[in-house]
Amino acid sequence: MIVTTDLRKSFGETVVLDGVDLTVAEGTIFALLGPNGAGKTTIVRILSTLIRADSGTVRVAGHDAVDDPDGVRAAIGVTGQFSAVDDLLTGAENLQLMADLSHLGRDKGRARVAELLDRFGLVGAAGRPASTYSGGMRRRLDLAMTLIGSPRLIFLDEPTTGLDPRSRRQMWDDIRNLAADGVTIFLTTQYLDEADELADRIAVLDHGRIVAEGTPDELKRRIPGGHVRLQFADSSALRAAAALFEDAAPDEERLVLRVSGDGDVASLRRLLAQLDDARIAVSELSISKPDLDDVFFAVTGHPTTEAEAA
Amino acid sequence: MTTLGYTVSDSRTMLRRNLRRLERYPSLTLMLVGMPIVFLLLFVYVFGGQLGNGLDAALSGGHGGRAAYLNYVTPGILLMTVAAAVQGTAIVVAMDMTGGIIDRFRTMAIARSAVLTGHVLASLIQTLVSIGVVLGVAVAVGFRPSAGLLAWLGALGLLALFGFALIWLATALGLAAKSVETASNTPMFLTFLPFLGSGFVPAGSMPTGLRQFAQYQPFTPVTETLRGLLTGTAIGTNGVGALAWSIAIALASYLWARRLYARRRA
Repeated sequence: MIVTTDLRKSFGETVVLDGVDLTVAEGTIFALLGPNGAGKTTIVRILSTLIRADSGTVRVAGHDAVDDPDGVRAAIGVTGQFSAVDDLLTGAENLQLMADLSHLGRDKGRARVAELLDRFGLVGAAGRPASTYSGGMRRRLDLAMTLIGSPRLIFLDEPTTGLDPRSRRQMWDDIRNLAADGVTIFLTTQYLDEADELADRIAVLDHGRIVAEGTPDELKRRIPGGHVRLQFADSSALRAAAALFEDAAPDEERLVLRVSGDGDVASLRRLLAQLDDARIAVSELSISKPDLDDVFFAVTGHPTTEAEAA
Repeated sequence: MTTLGYTVSDSRTMLRRNLRRLERYPSLTLMLVGMPIVFLLLFVYVFGGQLGNGLDAALSGGHGGRAAYLNYVTPGILLMTVAAAVQGTAIVVAMDMTGGIIDRFRTMAIARSAVLTGHVLASLIQTLVSIGVVLGVAVAVGFRPSAGLLAWLGALGLLALFGFALIWLATALGLAAKSVETASNTPMFLTFLPFLGSGFVPAGSMPTGLRQFAQYQPFTPVTETLRGLLTGTAIGTNGVGALAWSIAIALASYLWARRLYARRRA
């Protein structure tokens, strides 16, 4: 559905994309994972024909993005990072505008508007100006507008950034439903859990390069799993505990011991039993799941740092 | 549908959208149409009695004082109406370009030109409505044009043509602006140009440097032509000047706007 080879893009002196090769298969969810400034939005803008790459080739839905941008546009839907709804129009009018611009025709357009309002739970708010919508409603309207022409490929640039947890869950469900209908989805995200939750394949982008790519499982195998964080009251307890676990990393200053493990019930029970047997008192226990920082540390050797260019 | 068919239907869709936006944002139109009305009343009732007595017989049309001045100043006020209305064009164009929605339009398979065409046509309608309102106020306070049907058509045609030119200019200024605030300021000089021409007093009464500027700037031939059509004063070569300026501004601004619009893709 998407094939790019050696994409390069600079803005002035700043190199934003430094040779990006991507392949996205039809009917899959592809997540581009990376911190702010990694070049995620630039890739989406190039793939969706908003800007041109300095060099490299882009084929989207069988059309060349440079030679046949309208061919690409007819096949795609884009929901950008910033809300692309018309605040002065109502939800229904925004959708009707998209239906008209998609040349759906009068009856088909109206039916599609009604269908999408219903599907995204916007029927009650359909007659209100979009400026009165909450953040989650705006995103849903935005997505509904993207879907109006039934695109085969959808770009979602950080679809859940800034949403509250409930709206985020709802967006995830919407994305899964789309994928179930056979739509190919290209999404960007800063969150490992989001990519893990949704994507069939994940590519990790860092400073304009793909530094890792694979299925979520493949990628997670390369990351040290989560860890259990144990807090002790004094350093003698810390040292005693550190002696029990080979791969543990003691922090003398904060009296914290990090023991690797996913924190599932069985391994936790084992861990606590070991500590009990050694009669070591733990004052606090917490479980950390791997996050973007862990991925980055594993694949690039440095933590996520925001690049200068956004 | 053919490409041309899409161009027409997409432009119509955009026009509908922009008119609806204007309808939802009435304070903008009210502000823009209010300014020339305030100037009309101010100049006619505060300065008009005195200024009208200073007009030549050829310009005063046999009246004296305030009535003569009202006839003299109305064409200038109508052009000020056009200049004020196009500030709104720059503002709404900049609102679109700085918001997220323009990127949505650009990723859809729609006629490229439809976005700008929609803005220009909506602004033209807004401008003509503003002219109608201001003209209505002028007539209500005593403006009595001597124009026949043909002269009226000519006057409206000229206002529409000059408005079309300034709308393209304002569209380009709106595209060039980095923010909506900038876009609301850059076309403001247009509303001063009727003062620095023959809109409020004859250019001949001005000191040398100013008079030369007034004689050669585009508002002057347009004002003189409009005044001639509405109140029967001499037009002379101003008619040709008015047409030439309007077409030149429209063409240059259109090309500028088109380039600015295309460059945003970089």
